[in-house]
Amino acid sequence: MERITRAAKDFGLARSIILGFFLLLLVLSGVYGMSVPRMLTDVFIRWGMHGILVLAMVPSIQSGIGPNFGVSIGIIGGLLGALISIELRAAGAFLGLGSGDREVGQAADAVATNGAAYGDYLADYYEIVGGGFFNYVGQLPGADVVVQIIVAMIIGLFFAAIFGILYGMLLNRVKGSEMMISTYVGFSVVAFFNIMWLVLPFRAGTSIWPIAGAGLRVQISLVDDFSRVFNHLWAVSIGGLIIPTGLLLVFFLFCVIIWLFMRSRSGMMMSAAGANPSFAKAAGINVNRMRILGTTISTMLGAVGIIIYAQSFGFLQMYSAPLFMGFTTVAAILIGGASINRAWIFNVLLGAFLFQGILVTGPAVANQLVPEGNLSEIARIIISNGIILYALTKAKEVAR
Amino acid sequence: MEAKRVLELDGITKDYSGNVVLKDVSLSVKPGEIYALVGENGAGKSTLMNILFGMSVIRETGGFEGSVKVDGEEVHFQSPADAMAAGIGMVHQEFMLIPGFTIAENIKVGREDTLPNLASRVVGKSLETLNRGKMNADARRALDTIGMDIAEYARVAGLPVGYMQFVEIAREIDKENIKLLVFDEPTAVLTESEADQLLAVMKTIAAKGIAVIFITHRLSEVMEVADRMTVLRDGEVVTEKPIADTDVVEIAQLMVGRRIEKLVDDKEENFAPGEDAEIAVKIRDLYVNMPGETVRGVDLDIRKGEIFGIGGLAGQGKVGIPNGMMGMFPAQGEVEVFGEPLQFAKLGDALSKGVAFVSEDRRGVGLLLTDSIAHNIIFNTMTVRRQFLNAGLMNAKAVREHAAEMIQLLDIRCVGGGQRVGSLSGGNQQKVCLAAALTLKPRLLVVSEPTRGIDIGAKKLIMEYLSQLRDEEGLTIIMISSELAELRSICDRIAIVTEGQVSRILAPDAPDVEFGLAMSELGDREVS
Repeated sequence: MERITRAAKDFGLARSIILGFFLLLLVLSGVYGMSVPRMLTDVFIRWGMHGILVLAMVPSIQSGIGPNFGVSIGIIGGLLGALISIELRAAGAFLGLGSGDREVGQAADAVATNGAAYGDYLADYYEIVGGGFFNYVGQLPGADVVVQIIVAMIIGLFFAAIFGILYGMLLNRVKGSEMMISTYVGFSVVAFFNIMWLVLPFRAGTSIWPIAGAGLRVQISLVDDFSRVFNHLWAVSIGGLIIPTGLLLVFFLFCVIIWLFMRSRSGMMMSAAGANPSFAKAAGINVNRMRILGTTISTMLGAVGIIIYAQSFGFLQMYSAPLFMGFTTVAAILIGGASINRAWIFNVLLGAFLFQGILVTGPAVANQLVPEGNLSEIARIIISNGIILYALTKAKEVAR
Repeated sequence: MEAKRVLELDGITKDYSGNVVLKDVSLSVKPGEIYALVGENGAGKSTLMNILFGMSVIRETGGFEGSVKVDGEEVHFQSPADAMAAGIGMVHQEFMLIPGFTIAENIKVGREDTLPNLASRVVGKSLETLNRGKMNADARRALDTIGMDIAEYARVAGLPVGYMQFVEIAREIDKENIKLLVFDEPTAVLTESEADQLLAVMKTIAAKGIAVIFITHRLSEVMEVADRMTVLRDGEVVTEKPIADTDVVEIAQLMVGRRIEKLVDDKEENFAPGEDAEIAVKIRDLYVNMPGETVRGVDLDIRKGEIFGIGGLAGQGKVGIPNGMMGMFPAQGEVEVFGEPLQFAKLGDALSKGVAFVSEDRRGVGLLLTDSIAHNIIFNTMTVRRQFLNAGLMNAKAVREHAAEMIQLLDIRCVGGGQRVGSLSGGNQQKVCLAAALTLKPRLLVVSEPTRGIDIGAKKLIMEYLSQLRDEEGLTIIMISSELAELRSICDRIAIVTEGQVSRILAPDAPDVEFGLAMSELGDREVS
């Protein structure tokens, strides 16, 4: 009994309220005649899609720099990786590796992406053939795109590692105000790369403006590249609810890697440096180096995170799109129960799910409540910023 | 006919949740008298002053018994402001000055002289113009009274520490109704010549009819300026007498006293190493820049297999010695442990050379409060010695087993090794720190204030265990403590650190008076 009350206490009132709100929205969407399985499918896809970006908060919080508002720096690294992999594909680098079931997937993607603006159901690109309760809806991706996305990740990790080390060195000089500084460093780096996207010598036809012949597009379609590789992998439909198995497995794989790292000597030293710098110093740990390590790993996860995000979405979003990603990821881990100096994998899993859950169901229900005009975009802005605000008011340091 | 009294404290008794810190303390101060209040740390001096000034901490912890009378009338101060209004001032140990303001502004802050102007006639008094001429003139007069020839329009920021002290005094004596001024350890931060000047100022102030309460542990200063004195020990008045009837030796003896607290049972066998024993730790010319605990040139030779005590009053530098050795604060000098020199600048160098440290700051430095007991116990051993690892990852089974063993060995009261350390009591947290240090299997164990803030049961257990470690395993132990009784109960030799230097090294059964003298600033300079 005591264990149950403690578990309930650990779960916390704030999370109970958000979970309750999410369930209420689900019920309401059912009442208004929307497809609950389809909505839940979207929640699962977005869970896997945002998960690794939220996971990027764990090393930064544990190493003592707090939530990484500047995760957009890692995102830039990931974008560079993806762009270079597109250049390589356009140059024919991955030809002849085999393209699997891709023909089918591409056709479906093309249909879906033509009509689907951001905010409509991501789930629409799955085709449920056959009428059973349990259907296999997956497609095995071709070796070419799998290799391409791995290459994108490796290049992205390389850039992110360099950015992360520099960013970590900067944060060591502004101890005590990391949250504010990291936010603005993120903004500045995004602004700087807005110029870079115009001047860097990218040449792939799908990346650049077709008429000008130079400069990257605002949204770069990945239909010819690794669009939805993992989303289609081993996907199954259970009574209309589609589980993107491959996507979730990739997300969980990274969670396991980070979990293992946190149990290694370096991981424990890093956590100690974040939890109590004086203790770490007495234990002979170089606190500054640990903070750089945490920042770098966080930034590298940001790079992987955006590639997973982009393959799920079907587009690379350039220019100012990464600007506010820091806020949504920070909000997600905070409503998952992390504090600004302690965070665990469970906070990532729960927080990403609740945040995306409300973001999917909230605007849809709001649209039904007030049918006039296109409310969904406004509702999304209100709800997502509302959650961020709520999460930040709940952000507190746990007692040392 | 009894003489007039500025202040009378009568039968003051105060406890913090059952722990009695003041027991039936009475004292009275006459106008124009310098009254010394002498005692060790924790004797109750600060609590007594908190009561006098009506500090909120006293009310919040259940008030006090007894009465406070000013000029023969009973008063009930609700805040320091009430005490100030009644003409009682305080010169603080930590300066309460605004660095960006001039000296005159600091002296007059909150009591500014103002002149009406147009805006103030419309809006009210708060917009009146400062009467700088009068303020500066008043400040000048106050500064002249205490013999300070510094310009009143200089800014406080950048003044030498000693000057700031005098600005504080000037501020207090500028108050028109001031009757009683309390000096709390005023000479602690001053150089010798500044201290002499301060003592002269105190005499000047007293000559103007203002009573002075002088809190200090420097006995020579008491002898020089005070008229009467009270010695407090463990919350009780040991004695009250005119200075003329006593001497330094007597005060020192009264201040320390012999407490009847036996922490370790006497043993038949004597394990103390002789004079010819191997030297385990050689400290030469050690300087440590630890704020509040500065070490200024310490030389020590610690023998293998002895429990070496380092004592002294708070703020004198005894705590700086281990912190400098472990690299927690910038240090200079030479420390050799079993012949190997320690490099202070290299993080964790002492740890890797077999020195384990139990910090005096348990919660701040000693523990990861949000982590489990088991994790805390193995952490240093895991990082320094790379034990408890399995293929690079934490070996959960080995950690659990070792923690269970340590919990049993040291009788750590908890639900299990997985419990968060932050939720343990102070004594049990200290046992976790000790367990962590022992897990390292050190050659030298340095424990700093091991019994601070823990109950008597845990205290006894820790002390017994330390002495057992020495007796059975021949471990060399350095123990730093503010509690002299504790050091005297288990140490083989005790160094008393005063003003950042070793004033004397004494045997535990040396007479009380020697300890008392060593702790006051005299040391062997005057006794020998």
